[in-house]
Amino acid sequence: MHAIPDPPAPAPQPVAQRRSGENVGDRVFRSSTIVLAAVNPLILGMLALLLFIDGWPALQKEGLSFLATTTWDPVFTEFGTAHFIFGTIVTSLIALVLGAPIAVGAALFLAEYAPDWLREPVSYIIEMLAVIPSIIYGLWGFFVLAPFMRATVEPFLREYIGPLPVIGALFSGPAVGKDMLTAGVILAIMILPTITSIAREIIKAVPDQQREGMVALGATKWEMITGAVLPYARAGIVGGVMLGLGRALGETMAVTMVIGNSSAQITPSLFNPGYTMASAIANQFREADSDIYFSAIVAVAVVLLFVTAIVNGLARLLIWKMARGPVGLRI
Amino acid sequence: MRNARYTKANMMGEEIRPIMVTVRESEETLEAPSAPAVTVEHLNAYYGTFRALNDVSLEIRARSVTAVIGPSGCGKSTLVRCINRMHEVAPGASASGRVLVSGEDIYAPDSDPVQVRRHIGMVFQKPNPFPMMSVWQNVVAGLRLEGISDKKRLEEVAERSLRKAALWDEVKDKLHMSGAALSGGQQQRLCIARAIAMEPEVLLMDEPCSALDPVATIKIEDLIRELRESFTIIIVTHNMQQAARVSDRTAFMLMDEERAGQLIEYGSTAQIFTNPQDKRTEGYITGRFG
Amino acid sequence: MATQATTVAPKLFTRQSIRGQQRSRQLVDKLMTGLITTCAALAVAMLLFILVYVIIRGAPALNFAFFTERPLPMGEVGGGVAPAIIGTLLIMGAAALMGVPVGIGTAIYLAEYGRGRFATIVRFVIDLIAGVPSIVVGVFVWALLVRQVIGHFSGFAGSVALAIIMIPIVTRTVEEVLRLVPDMYREASLALGVPQWKTIIAIVLPTAKSGVITGVVLSMARAGGETAPLLLTALGNQFFSFDLFQPMAALPVQIYNYAVSPYDDWHTKAWGAALILIMVVGLLSFITRQVTRGRGLGGR
Repeated sequence: MHAIPDPPAPAPQPVAQRRSGENVGDRVFRSSTIVLAAVNPLILGMLALLLFIDGWPALQKEGLSFLATTTWDPVFTEFGTAHFIFGTIVTSLIALVLGAPIAVGAALFLAEYAPDWLREPVSYIIEMLAVIPSIIYGLWGFFVLAPFMRATVEPFLREYIGPLPVIGALFSGPAVGKDMLTAGVILAIMILPTITSIAREIIKAVPDQQREGMVALGATKWEMITGAVLPYARAGIVGGVMLGLGRALGETMAVTMVIGNSSAQITPSLFNPGYTMASAIANQFREADSDIYFSAIVAVAVVLLFVTAIVNGLARLLIWKMARGPVGLRI
Repeated sequence: MRNARYTKANMMGEEIRPIMVTVRESEETLEAPSAPAVTVEHLNAYYGTFRALNDVSLEIRARSVTAVIGPSGCGKSTLVRCINRMHEVAPGASASGRVLVSGEDIYAPDSDPVQVRRHIGMVFQKPNPFPMMSVWQNVVAGLRLEGISDKKRLEEVAERSLRKAALWDEVKDKLHMSGAALSGGQQQRLCIARAIAMEPEVLLMDEPCSALDPVATIKIEDLIRELRESFTIIIVTHNMQQAARVSDRTAFMLMDEERAGQLIEYGSTAQIFTNPQDKRTEGYITGRFG
Repeated sequence: MATQATTVAPKLFTRQSIRGQQRSRQLVDKLMTGLITTCAALAVAMLLFILVYVIIRGAPALNFAFFTERPLPMGEVGGGVAPAIIGTLLIMGAAALMGVPVGIGTAIYLAEYGRGRFATIVRFVIDLIAGVPSIVVGVFVWALLVRQVIGHFSGFAGSVALAIIMIPIVTRTVEEVLRLVPDMYREASLALGVPQWKTIIAIVLPTAKSGVITGVVLSMARAGGETAPLLLTALGNQFFSFDLFQPMAALPVQIYNYAVSPYDDWHTKAWGAALILIMVVGLLSFITRQVTRGRGLGGR
């Protein structure tokens, strides 16, 4: 699901191009692979169409207030999802702020610093982070991380950062442990391997001549990285970070288990329990007793699908661009 | 401090140059008038356990062009990469022996590779301007690393270096375009400008024309002859005509039985090409192998 | 005179000559080396911490009954997660039956025939499907099968959801390995008068066998740990059930239900089930890694 995206494949060059006089076996075989390939657009088309049709009643009823208001009240059939969207954005941003620098740092370690004997084991271990099912992150977050956040991290943040102007507002209120900050921390761990593996490949793809050019000018290793490697790899790394963002936006179980799932209003404090779009779906689908409630839940999925498609599309574009290298560099 | 040193060096240059000319004409009869700019003593270089250089010793004269020639794989690139400690950047690479630059051993225990490279410029086989930097930023990249941020001074250095690299007239209106937007030959001269902006003691060139077309190659060769006035240049080339055209002295290298590079013969370019002392040199020069 | 100048010249290359600006550059370099190493160490520590924790908490739950018995109602001691293990196997099996042929067929089409607009569309669509959050796939199958076609939660709906998740993984891995099969094999076979379809089945696929298996196993490892789509489709079941058209238990869902319960005994069971899941998923990934490394074919 979150494998490294491949750059667009070069135009394939099938060996046999002779179609006329193609024997029956070939025609049947080729047609059946086309049919199987056609299943994919069919699935995606059905998925998008069905979700849109089923979500339409709620979207039509609420109009813009579906995205702009914060009242989610199935009993009075009011469906505003602004706080779900807010929770999704906030937790994903926390994940990026905490996870992306560490992920890129780990990628730099693997690509530039690690001695040969250490490179393989460390990259294997980081890949293992991607293999762990999200329910296990959820379990660990639920029983280990959330209590730790409540008892140690959050009181610390409230005491030392809380009194500061502006950013202090982020760390105010009671520390409950199951809140947006904890969800963000879990997501940071989960998106780390995605970003690291792509950033590592991208950094490895930076031509050695670029490194040598910088080193020969008397650059230290770090200056070589900031002067030659990172600028060259920038677009691709941003692409990797955005793929990580795509994963964070859609992640469900781990977040559901640590975010508290209370329909609080939008407040600046990260210590507030909240909802993300995904966790709201997971929490409410079983209660969808009326058609409009059902429609509203599907509509949340439509919004989520739309947002992740845009983020993932941009990410791929950046990585593909990077795979081709900066313009005009080839001579 | 550095500037003071350079003024002095330039003054010395003024005095030495006439002597150097005579030296080049009657090399063998005269003692070298100045201390060598680079002295390589018993240099061995390794990639892992593979020995790439076998006990190479030679002295490079200041303000001259020294060409290193030989068939591919003979260690000529490794030799120049040892002179600014770029060799050890490759994983598993190491070197032993002494390399004196201005009388100082760059492999001394307290020597710092970053400082070495700052004082010894290098131009690579493939032009490698930094694509995310403009032409101007490329030239002053090294100075900015040193924390020099005075814009006026950087602009002065950039213009002077670009003029020296015979590139100023072609790029003075494109200073803010990406360095990668220039032609291949221009990119290589940009890289030369980038190296000489640091006012290095020695300028190393590792097959600087091998990726360029003939016209661009001629421009670089002209440039090398001009730069000899101000820099000590060591150029690796697989092109014997090029060595003959641009260099004052030539070193010929060859692989020994264990595929390690050895220095076979070293002398004035005229002597190497017209009167080689070693049979192997003669064989290579006359095109019998390589 | 020249000799004099060189001996008088300040030391250029030593660390002693470094001061001020240079010293702070070196300090920054050292600092960043430390920081970057810390980043990698942190990631490694995170994984080890989670793994060790799952093992320590999960191991006490594992006993014979845990693998063979069904979950007992709250308050009763004992019982196991056998229905969930069986459910996961059945759902995964059915998902593979649906997803693997589509994935391999698509990969064959893309690698052997694909060119032109349709192939571009298929590639693009595969990327899009890979990016759809699994919960959205779950909502789709829930809305289509659970609420409409079948009318209730079922293991089969879970299989469909997992199949959709598996397809892009299988397709990408298999297409990549098929492209690694040298054209000379195809040409040799075609030159013998073997039709192209037989060439693909008898020469190309067997050559790429280990990579194809890798793709399938990798997709099962990824899909087998998915929870959200199963929650919305298979729902879970406390009893043994072999009927794919009834609600069905699955390990990830069982973990979730146990974890959010208020009972310590169930929490322990959640850790136990998590340990089983992590061992299976980890083993599958380990196998694929060994296979790909050995042959130099396949995924990453």
